[in-house]
Amino acid sequence: MIKNLTCIICPIGCNIEVEIKKGEIVSIKGYSCKRGEEYAKSECKNPLRTITTTVFTIDGKVLPVKTDKPVPKEKLFDCMKAIKSTKVSLPIEIGKVIIENIEGTGSNVISTNNMR
Amino acid sequence: MVKSTDLVIIGGGPAGMSAAISAYNNGIRDILILERAETLGGILQQCIHNGFGIHKFNEELTGPEYSWRYEKQILELKIPYKLNTMVTEFTRDKIITAVNEQDGIFKIKAKAVILATGCRERPRGALNIPGTRPSGIFTAGTAQKYINIKGYMPGKSVVILGSGDIGLIMARRMTLEGAEVKAVCEIMPYPGGRARNVEQCLNDFNIPLKLSHTVVEIHGKHRLTGVTIAKVDENKKPVPGTEEYISCDTLLLSVGLIPENELAKSAGIELDSVTGGAVVDQNRQTSVKGIFACGNALHVHDLVDYVSEEAEIAGKSAADYIKNNGMSPGSFARNIIIKTGGGIRYTVPRKITSITDAKIYFRTSGIYRNAKISIKEGERVVASIKKKRVVPAEMEMIKLTGDNIREIKGGIVTFELEGLHD
Repeated sequence: MIKNLTCIICPIGCNIEVEIKKGEIVSIKGYSCKRGEEYAKSECKNPLRTITTTVFTIDGKVLPVKTDKPVPKEKLFDCMKAIKSTKVSLPIEIGKVIIENIEGTGSNVISTNNMR
Repeated sequence: MVKSTDLVIIGGGPAGMSAAISAYNNGIRDILILERAETLGGILQQCIHNGFGIHKFNEELTGPEYSWRYEKQILELKIPYKLNTMVTEFTRDKIITAVNEQDGIFKIKAKAVILATGCRERPRGALNIPGTRPSGIFTAGTAQKYINIKGYMPGKSVVILGSGDIGLIMARRMTLEGAEVKAVCEIMPYPGGRARNVEQCLNDFNIPLKLSHTVVEIHGKHRLTGVTIAKVDENKKPVPGTEEYISCDTLLLSVGLIPENELAKSAGIELDSVTGGAVVDQNRQTSVKGIFACGNALHVHDLVDYVSEEAEIAGKSAADYIKNNGMSPGSFARNIIIKTGGGIRYTVPRKITSITDAKIYFRTSGIYRNAKISIKEGERVVASIKKKRVVPAEMEMIKLTGDNIREIKGGIVTFELEGLHD
């Protein structure tokens, strides 16, 4: 079986062709960097996505956040639920951990902006 | 009283910040950035998704994180800026009138000016969609600001018209926040945004992308209740009998961006009818000497990395202009016009005025495979690149070296594309 993927690792968006035989990857073509190759492997076995969203601060401001590592795609909405039920207090600096090990994924939710 | 400043940069977004840092690094200290919003960073502040900085920093950053990389440098270098400051008038002798709460109305006379005013979204009025005028119709960027900055959800069930990157990003954003995105309609036979965004923003959530489709009617009295969509033919005219009603309370428009050039117009700067931005040379100097342009005000970019890169050119050029008291080094002067041939929609710059390395950005007018893009003088190829695939949504670049430019004897070169049209 040939699986055609559009790499989402960077804005270049390489078209990657993965050949799968009996559930095993036999060849990967079309990527232009190491991360693209890793993406193709992961996309065929355990698709991962980085979440970017916002949390509210206690006084109603909106702070942008992201997962510091991609999380399994099927956990996107569970993670969103956990993030949305979180409130933070200010001040916050860029990179501060807001939620550790979200939904047991091993990823932390971190702040992506400075806010006072 | 009119204050004098070496360099005024209008706009403190990614282009303005990068231009300021570049001018500073090229020896200019008397710089002032004028920014309309309450923070630096421009549109990046509401672009909380990732994908910024892959070329510039070899990292995937979110918009605010990318912005911070530059803001931090502005603070460290102590480059002065004024926030909440709106420029209301700009003349070709570089007198700027601006207004803010602390200073009231004030005037500045600059030696050089960089226009980094960004772009605007095309609104509903520009599309002539028939139907009623209910609430619930937003440009994608407005919805993005409501959700990501203000924390409001604009609606629960959504149709998006236009598949530009912002529309695609908003399809995912609204889905993650609990809305149902019923369809993305694109009038062209190919998506307007990048392939990766179609993949991760639509396909991940099974949102249908309806190519060669548009909205032909809007329904609802006070609030939007639905839209009628239809297939379009190759002339983009709706095909009778293909209409389909979709109920929704929100319609997002992601139908194009237009460079913001009201100030450029008021200064009498020549504009390009294709890009909507100023006509510039490879130093990003406009038709008025000492006035430069960069970023989305010059032409709409799909990657901020290239905005920063282009703004570095504008910043250095403005610094050189100030240091040389407005005289360009004569022995290097050239006057070459870049014309676009088949397959090329536009190039920036459109003029080459000196023998210095030039980065020429361009977009194609369609999707081509195995494309060879050449810059030719008559039949002679000055420079060329090969691409497996080129699409209008993704800007490309050819570098011309000083030696390439020295070899050009006449006053015209042509950009041409050969390849298989998709």
